[in-house]
Amino acid sequence: MANVFHIVVCSGIVPDPLQTLEPAPGPTLKNEMMLPAVLDPWAASALYEGAALAAKHAGSKLWLLSLGPKAKLQQVMMTVGQKVPFEFVAVDGPLGGFTDATSTAAALAEAIAAIPGLDRTKLLLFGGWESASRGAGVTLQVAGELLGISDQFQGVDEIKVADDGSFEVLERIEGGRHQQSRCQGTPAVLGWATGNLPEPRNSPQVGMANMRGIMPALQKAKSVKLDANSLTYASVSLPKQQRETRLVRDLSPDEIAREIVQWIAE
Amino acid sequence: MSTSAAPHVGAMLTLPGDAVRQILWRFSDRFDLQMLVQSARGVARGPVARMVASGERNTHEWTPAKQAMMEAFDAAGITAAFMEPEEGGFISGPKNLALGLAAFELAWVDGGAATASLAGFLALAPIHERGTAEQSAHYMKLAAPPQPGEDRKIKRGAFALTEPIPYVGVDTGLLSGRVRVAEWKDGEEPMLQVEKRGRFITNIACADFVTAAVDSGDERIKGSCVIILEEGDPGSFDRGTPTKKLVHQLSSTGDPIFSLRVPASRIVGGYTVKDGRIVPNFTHSEVIEAVFRRTRVTVGLMTSAKLLSAVEPVIRYQRGRFRGAESIKEGSLRYEMGIQQREDALQRLVDVWASGEAGASLGFAAARLFDELDPLEKQKTALMAERGINGGRAEMKAMKEVELRAMELLTANPTPERRAELEADPLVQYLILDAAANVLCPATKLWNTGEGTRQMREAVSLMGGYGITEDCPGYLANKWMDAQLETTYEGPEAVQRRQLTITMITPLFLAQFRNWIREMRTIASERPGTGACTLATAMTMWMWTLHYTQTATDADGNKLYTGPRQAVTFALADALCWLLASRCQILDVQELEARGPEDAVVAEDLPATLQFFRDLCHTQAARASGEASRICAELVYGYNRHPAWDADGHKACFLADEVEEYEGFIPGLGSVALDVIGQHGEHPFKAGPCAGCAGSADFLHLQNKLATCLTGSRLAKDRAAETVAKVMIPEALDYPA
Repeated sequence: MANVFHIVVCSGIVPDPLQTLEPAPGPTLKNEMMLPAVLDPWAASALYEGAALAAKHAGSKLWLLSLGPKAKLQQVMMTVGQKVPFEFVAVDGPLGGFTDATSTAAALAEAIAAIPGLDRTKLLLFGGWESASRGAGVTLQVAGELLGISDQFQGVDEIKVADDGSFEVLERIEGGRHQQSRCQGTPAVLGWATGNLPEPRNSPQVGMANMRGIMPALQKAKSVKLDANSLTYASVSLPKQQRETRLVRDLSPDEIAREIVQWIAE
Repeated sequence: MSTSAAPHVGAMLTLPGDAVRQILWRFSDRFDLQMLVQSARGVARGPVARMVASGERNTHEWTPAKQAMMEAFDAAGITAAFMEPEEGGFISGPKNLALGLAAFELAWVDGGAATASLAGFLALAPIHERGTAEQSAHYMKLAAPPQPGEDRKIKRGAFALTEPIPYVGVDTGLLSGRVRVAEWKDGEEPMLQVEKRGRFITNIACADFVTAAVDSGDERIKGSCVIILEEGDPGSFDRGTPTKKLVHQLSSTGDPIFSLRVPASRIVGGYTVKDGRIVPNFTHSEVIEAVFRRTRVTVGLMTSAKLLSAVEPVIRYQRGRFRGAESIKEGSLRYEMGIQQREDALQRLVDVWASGEAGASLGFAAARLFDELDPLEKQKTALMAERGINGGRAEMKAMKEVELRAMELLTANPTPERRAELEADPLVQYLILDAAANVLCPATKLWNTGEGTRQMREAVSLMGGYGITEDCPGYLANKWMDAQLETTYEGPEAVQRRQLTITMITPLFLAQFRNWIREMRTIASERPGTGACTLATAMTMWMWTLHYTQTATDADGNKLYTGPRQAVTFALADALCWLLASRCQILDVQELEARGPEDAVVAEDLPATLQFFRDLCHTQAARASGEASRICAELVYGYNRHPAWDADGHKACFLADEVEEYEGFIPGLGSVALDVIGQHGEHPFKAGPCAGCAGSADFLHLQNKLATCLTGSRLAKDRAAETVAKVMIPEALDYPA
């Protein structure tokens, strides 16, 4: 019997990694609204893996759910929309760097529950295990819990589906090793690490097809206000040493490794 | 004063992003174009930038990496951007803006990559514009990337017009390529023998077919045509040797030799047989006119992209210039601002930035204009065909009547009903837009590339010695050199100036130009501080000077504005280009003000962004007006012989006795009378009495007014420079260097 999955990928947007990031009172990131944004790279891996899985299993569907300011989402979708076919679900809300994970998860869970045609018994809830913004590391788990999904996997690099609908998952654990788990079937939450797939090339035909859904989705995006609950920030600062950006070319992997080791030793 | 009214809104916070550009260049509601921009950017700042960084420009040969770049264009949808959805593309309707945007993104990193993408379109354009329906369907399908389920190789094309010296180049009429009848059996398609040598033919290394311009070498063929040659045709398809270009090395250029036998059905646009002769439906001139008037705009945009791409690397270099020195402490002004402590470095960069913005505004305005014009042109062709008018004199005669109505719309202030009627007339609209397009296209090609090259030199110099190295971030030296080629290809500067001297004096264009002066005055009154008022005065001066040169004569009684007198006509064309670019820049900023609040991203910092863009406009308007003023003054005065201290010259002077006598009833005359001749013929130490000419008082009045109109322009430049010193830039360039 064919396995059919309903895959929902939750993905936020984050400032382009090359941008200058500077905390500002709020807390927020200075000029964040105006900085070019990209799909959170961890969640982007989840999207590509989800698309590959949906393509492998006929009848499967893929949704991309994103919470962020509509205008920023639209900009990001001009690139992401050309990568893989999906249906877009937008939630109009603040940028994610310093929002409360519980409120965010609740908004996502509510949006998922409202997706027309979604069969929650076939649901694979995908997202990033981490985030390129200030990742709380719990948003996906909480969203899964709110949807009543208790089979959860984090740091996923691979999913292999068996004929009976069960699947094996490789999760990253310490020491550069993977933990292999077997799950009887959907629904499940998978927080992806990097996966194994490269970023697909842009396809304008895919983009045009996606855009027919993306633009209406943006127009009817529900607006949410994320409560801070009891979350407060005493102070926010950048890990400065880690933001020393340098562009070097023609360096072999060995030389790069040597430099990194030397830098750590310092 | 205008700028003193500008409220202090602080400096623009970040470099203008996509959201701002989409509004400025009018594609915020076109997601197909936004996607194309992202795709082209991905290729430019990914594979293309890596190729440049790894030295792929250092060879003239066609390498696997260069071939891979073409495949990256295919995969990203750039190749298909030229095609309709039914042909394998994804953008419906006119594509001038689309191709301009794609080329802009590619040229942001490398001009050769942009050229390589455009050359394929250039090969297809004759077929697209003038080909038969069958030719168009056939070659578009071959050139389209394979659709899902298709297994075929893309066919690439090259456009072969230029020939080895002394043949076709600047003068497109001097063709040596020949087409003759090889075989013509009764009732069958004639077979033609084509002999063509090309020079500087782009994309030749990877071309599977060529659209070649040839002339008849056989009395059984009338005139010239463009003909399609394919690699598998019987005969020789020799790609020749690669051209040893110093620039644009990522595109292939060579001097091919073709000696091929092809069916007559390959003549672009088809042919008819009349009295036993093959008569091509379009001459090669008619085909290339339709092609170049569109593609030249894109070339102009490529140079503007270079200027705007230089801003970020220059700022980063300037700010970080002294960091790392033992004596420069972190947190000190020198550490934080580097060279940007100095006004000169900032203000020169403002000039580069303002020129880039003006060029982009002009180029994208021209591209959008052609997008409007293309469907109107098709409508015009259909309407003429309906009326049984097939081009030539009959069409010119028919359009004369339309021209009167177009002039009525532009100049006669018709009633609302009549205005609506005229505006709804596609022929009237066609003529008006055509007149503007015939100026904006060569203006873009001429000004963007010419002034762009000069400003690229400035950008390179702002990087010091680093600027002229291969390692310079943003490849600025490459871009400087590349820009020089862009001034030349698809018609060198003289060709553009020549076209302008004809198109800029048409009544329909001049009527629009007068309206544009009023438009600038209106903007100036509503939004002081954009430089619109300065520009309006300079535009008025240009009009005055044009009229003067068309009616006045030089010291020897010879007419000034005549075809052969290019020192006059070309100079006026140059001056006009400055003004047009500045006008388009101002209009774009008006658009940003109108549409910016609708976009949440733009709205965030709109007041400061607007202020900065207005300051750039004001700076550019001042420079443009200065250039125009200089040129106009030279033309108005320069052709008169300077008066000498002789009998004739003395007629315009006071005598010392007269001054003394008149001083009694015109007090102060002595202090203002400059040219006073003494009793023994003594005169002031200068070349002669001060010169004047017919109407010079009017001209001086305009020039005087223009000088005062510059008020505030340097304050605007100061403010723009302050933003350049404060604006936030990314940590690193988003492509390797």
